[in-house]
Amino acid sequence: MHFLSDTVVLSRMQFALTAIFHMIWPVLTTGLGIYLVLVEALWLKTRNPDYYYQARFWSKLYLLNFGIGVASGIPMEFQFGTNWAPFSEAVGNFFGSIIGFEASWSFMLEAAFLGIMVFGWERVNPTIHIVATILVAFGANLSTFWILTANSWMQTPAGGQFNDGIFVVNDYFQAIFNPFMAVSVAHMFLATLETSLFVIGGISAWYIINQRHPAFFSKAFKVALATAIAVAPLQIYVGHLSGEQVYHRQPTKMAAMEALWETQPAGAPADWSLVALPNTQAEKNDWEIKVPNALGLILEFKLNLSESVQGLKEYAPSDRPGMVGLIYYSFRTMIAIGFFLAGLMLLTTLQWLRGKLSPETIASQRWLLRGWIFSAPLGYIAVESGWIVRCVGRQPWVVYGQIRTADAVSNLPPGNVLTTLIGFATTYTVLFIGALYFGSRIIRRGPRLDLPIPGIEDKPAVNTEPGKFTPDERPVEAQQ
Amino acid sequence: MDTLTYFLPQVWFGILALFLFLYVMLDGFDLGVGILSLTSSSEERRGILMTSLSNVWDANETWLVLMGGSLFGAFPLAYGTILSALYIPIFIMLFGIIFRAVAFEFREQSNRKFFWNTAFGAGSFVVATGQGLALGGVLAGIPVDSAGHFTGSTWGWLNLPSVLVTLTLIQGYVLIGSTYLVWKTEGELQQTHYRTAKLAAITTLTGAILITIATPIFYEYARTRLFQAPQVYIFAAIPVLGILLITLLLRSLNRKEERWPFILTILLFLLTFVGLALVVFPYIIPTKITIYQAAADPSALVFMLIFVGGLIPVMLFYNLYQYIVFRGKVTSGPYGGE
Ligand code: HDD
Ligand code: HEM
Ligand code: HEM
Repeated sequence: MHFLSDTVVLSRMQFALTAIFHMIWPVLTTGLGIYLVLVEALWLKTRNPDYYYQARFWSKLYLLNFGIGVASGIPMEFQFGTNWAPFSEAVGNFFGSIIGFEASWSFMLEAAFLGIMVFGWERVNPTIHIVATILVAFGANLSTFWILTANSWMQTPAGGQFNDGIFVVNDYFQAIFNPFMAVSVAHMFLATLETSLFVIGGISAWYIINQRHPAFFSKAFKVALATAIAVAPLQIYVGHLSGEQVYHRQPTKMAAMEALWETQPAGAPADWSLVALPNTQAEKNDWEIKVPNALGLILEFKLNLSESVQGLKEYAPSDRPGMVGLIYYSFRTMIAIGFFLAGLMLLTTLQWLRGKLSPETIASQRWLLRGWIFSAPLGYIAVESGWIVRCVGRQPWVVYGQIRTADAVSNLPPGNVLTTLIGFATTYTVLFIGALYFGSRIIRRGPRLDLPIPGIEDKPAVNTEPGKFTPDERPVEAQQ
Repeated sequence: MDTLTYFLPQVWFGILALFLFLYVMLDGFDLGVGILSLTSSSEERRGILMTSLSNVWDANETWLVLMGGSLFGAFPLAYGTILSALYIPIFIMLFGIIFRAVAFEFREQSNRKFFWNTAFGAGSFVVATGQGLALGGVLAGIPVDSAGHFTGSTWGWLNLPSVLVTLTLIQGYVLIGSTYLVWKTEGELQQTHYRTAKLAAITTLTGAILITIATPIFYEYARTRLFQAPQVYIFAAIPVLGILLITLLLRSLNRKEERWPFILTILLFLLTFVGLALVVFPYIIPTKITIYQAAADPSALVFMLIFVGGLIPVMLFYNLYQYIVFRGKVTSGPYGGE
C-alpha cells in the first residue's frame, strides 16, 4: 500500500473522487433548469395550471440538487490551490481568470435568482418570475461554458506560450476558443440536457405505471420525449465530433480509447475493436473481437484513414496513459448508452405516432415505460464515463503536452491528503445516500396540486403591481 | 508599462478586499445565525432562524467563491502558496461549508429536523473556526523560499494569536448574526437577540482589544509598520473609532432600535477591515510576498478587470434587488419552496 504515502497519487484520487461526485449534481441544475423555463413559459402561454404545478414539483428536486452541487463545487475550486499549487501558479494567467469569470458571470447570477425562483412565487409578478427562472438556467449553462472552456484549454492549450513554466497569454480570444472548446461545450451541454430529459421521463413513467396523476405526468413525459427527439441523435453526432478532435490532437488518448498498441498507417483501412482485454505490461490486448475495416468509417465516414492512428507503443510508458482498460471501457459504456437512449427515444416516438401515448392508453405501454425508468440513471453513467475518458485519457499530462500531473501537485505531507480523502469519501457517501433517500421521498410524496396559483388569488401578491393582473388574464379554471 | 505593473495589482488588491469584505459581512451574518441556532431553545425557533436565511445564504456564500476565483486569476502565486500552506484550516472550512449547505436542503425533507438543524449550526461554527485559523495563519506570516513556494510545516498556522483571531471572529459573526436577527424578526425572538447582541458586542470588543495588543507584541513586521510616521495616526484613530462605534451600538441596542445595530456592526467590520488592509498592504503574504510579486501578467489583470471588475455593479445591483424582494420580517412560514 505504498501509494498511501504518495502525495501525487493521493491528490489525484482526491481530485477524481470530488470531481466525480460534484459532476452528479450540475447535470440536473443545468438540464432541468432548461426544462423549468420551458414549463413555466407553457404555463404563462396556456395558463393551464398543470404546467404551473410541473414547475413547482420539479423545482423541489432542483433545489435539492442545487444545494449539493454548491456544497461539492466549492471544494473543487479550492483544491486547485490546496492540492495543485504549482499548477495554479503556472496557469493562473488564463485558467485562473476563467475560474473568476465562472464565479462572477454564472455562480452569482444563479445563486441570486434562485431565491426568487424558488421562494418568490408570491412576491414578484409572473414576468419577473420567469425572468428569474431564465437567469438561473442561463447562469447554470454559462457555467458549463466557462468550466469547459477551462478544461478544454487543458486538453489543447492555445493562445500563448509557457515562459519559465508560467503560461502567458498573447491572445485571449484564441485561448478561449481553443481547438477543443466548441465541440466539448456542445457535447457537455447536450449531455446534461439528455440526462435530465431521461430523468424526467423516467420519473414520469414511474408515476404513470403506478397510476398516480397519470394525466399530469404524461404531460411531463411528452415534453421530455419531444425534446429528446432533437437531443439524443444530435448527441451521437457531437460525440462523433469529439472523437474526431481527439483523433487529430491527442494521439495518446485516442490510442487508449481504442486500445491500439500498433500504429495504423494512413491511406489504408483499419480494424475497430469492439471488446478487448488490454494488457499494459505485455503492451498488447490479451483477447479481442474486432470489426474489420471499421475504424476509418467510424472516425471519418470513409474506409481509408487520412492520418495514421498512432499506437500506444509509439510512446514511452511514461508518456502515455496507464489505465488503458478503464479508458477503453468507459468510452464504450458511454457510446452504448448514447445509442441505447436514442433507440428508446425512437421506439417511444413510434408508439406516439401510432397514438399509443394518449392519457388513456399510455399506462398499457408497460415495457416501454419500464425502459424509461431503467434509463433514468444511464445518462449519469455516460457523463461520468465521458469525464473519465477525458481526464484519465489526458494522463500523464495535466495540461496536455505541457505540464505533467506529477509536477503539478503541491508539496504536502501525504497524511494530510489521506485524511481529507477519507473525509470526502465518508462525507460524500452520506450525502449520496441522503440525496437518494430525500429525492425518492420527494418523488413518493408527489406533486402538490393544491398550491395557490400566483396572480389569481383574492389578495394581490406582495410586491407586485396590481395592474399586471387584469381579470381577463385569469385562466378559465379560476373563474368557475 | 511601469505604472501598470504597480497600478493594476493595487486595483486588484482593492477588488479582492471588497469581495472579502462583502463575504465576511454577508455570509458573516449567515454563519452567526447558524452559531446562534445552536443555543436556540425550540425547534420552531431554529426553523425561523433557518428560514430567515433560506433565500440568501447561497448568494452570500458565492462572494467567497468569487473571491477565490479572483485571487486565483489575479495573484496565482499567492493562491497556490496560501491555500497549500493553510491546507488544514481550509479543509476545516470546506467540510463545514458542505454540512451547512446540505443541511438547508435535507432539513426540509427530513422528519428528524433536529439532526439537520445541528448540522447547520455545527457546520456554521466549523466554517467560522476554519476561517479564523486561516486568517490568523496569514497574519502570522507564511514561510516561503525565494520563488515564493511554501516551505513551512503544515501546523504553522496554529499559535496563540491565531486562536485569538479565531475566537474573536466567531464573536464577530455572532454579533452580526444577532443584529441581523434583531432586524429580521419580532417578538420574543427579537428580544433574545437584543441580549445576544449585547453580549457579543462585549466579547468582540474584548477580543479586538487583545488582538490590538498582541499583534505588535508577537509580530515584528506589524510593530515596525504600526509605529511609522503617517500610519501611526491612522492606526491610532482606529481604536478610537472602534470604541465610539461600540458605544453607539450598545446605546442603540438599549433603545431597542431595529436597523441601527446591524448598520453599526457593518461599520465596525469595515473599520477592522481597513485596519487589517493597512497592516498587510502592499504584501499579500505579510513581509514575504508583495502584491507586485504575486500578481498575474498585466494582460491578465486588464482582461479580468474588464470582465470581472466591470460586472461588480451589476452583481451588486441584483443582489440588492434580491434583498428588496424579500424585505420584511420573517415569521415562521415554510421553507421548501411551497
Ligand atoms: C456541467 C458543468 C459543470 C462542470 C463540468 C463543473 N461544474 Fe461546478 N457547477 C456547475 C457546473 C459544472 C453548476 C451547474 O453551475 C453548479 C452546480 C450547482 C450550482 O449551484 O452550480 C456548480 C457549482 C460549482 C461551485 C459552487 C458555485 C456556487 O457557490 O454557486 C463551484 C465553486 C464549482 N462548481 C467549481 C467547479 C470546478 C472547479 C469544476 C471542475 C473541476 C466544476 N465545477 C465542474
Ligand atoms: C471541467 C472541469 C474540470 C477540470 C478543470 C478538471 C481538471 C482536473 C485536474 C486539474 C485533475 C488533476 C490532475 C490530473 O490527475 O490530471 C483532474 C483529474 C481528474 N478528473 Fe478532471 N477536471 C474537470 C472535470 C472533471 C469531471 C466533471 C470529472 C468526473 C466526472 C473529472 C474526472 C477526473 C478524474 C477521474 C481525474 C483523475 C485522473 C487521474 O489522475 O488519472 N474531471 N481533472
Ligand atoms: C454515442 C455516442 C457518443 C460518442 C461517440 C461520444 C464520444 C465522446 C468522446 C470521444 C469524448 C472524449 C472527449 C475528450 O476526451 O476530449 C466524450 C466525452 C464526454 N462524453 Fe461522450 N460520446 C457519446 C455519447 C455520450 C452521451 C450519451 C453522454 C451523456 C449523456 C456523453 C457525455 C460525455 C461527457 C460528459 C464527456 C466529457 C466532457 C466533454 O468532452 O464534453 N457522451 N464523448
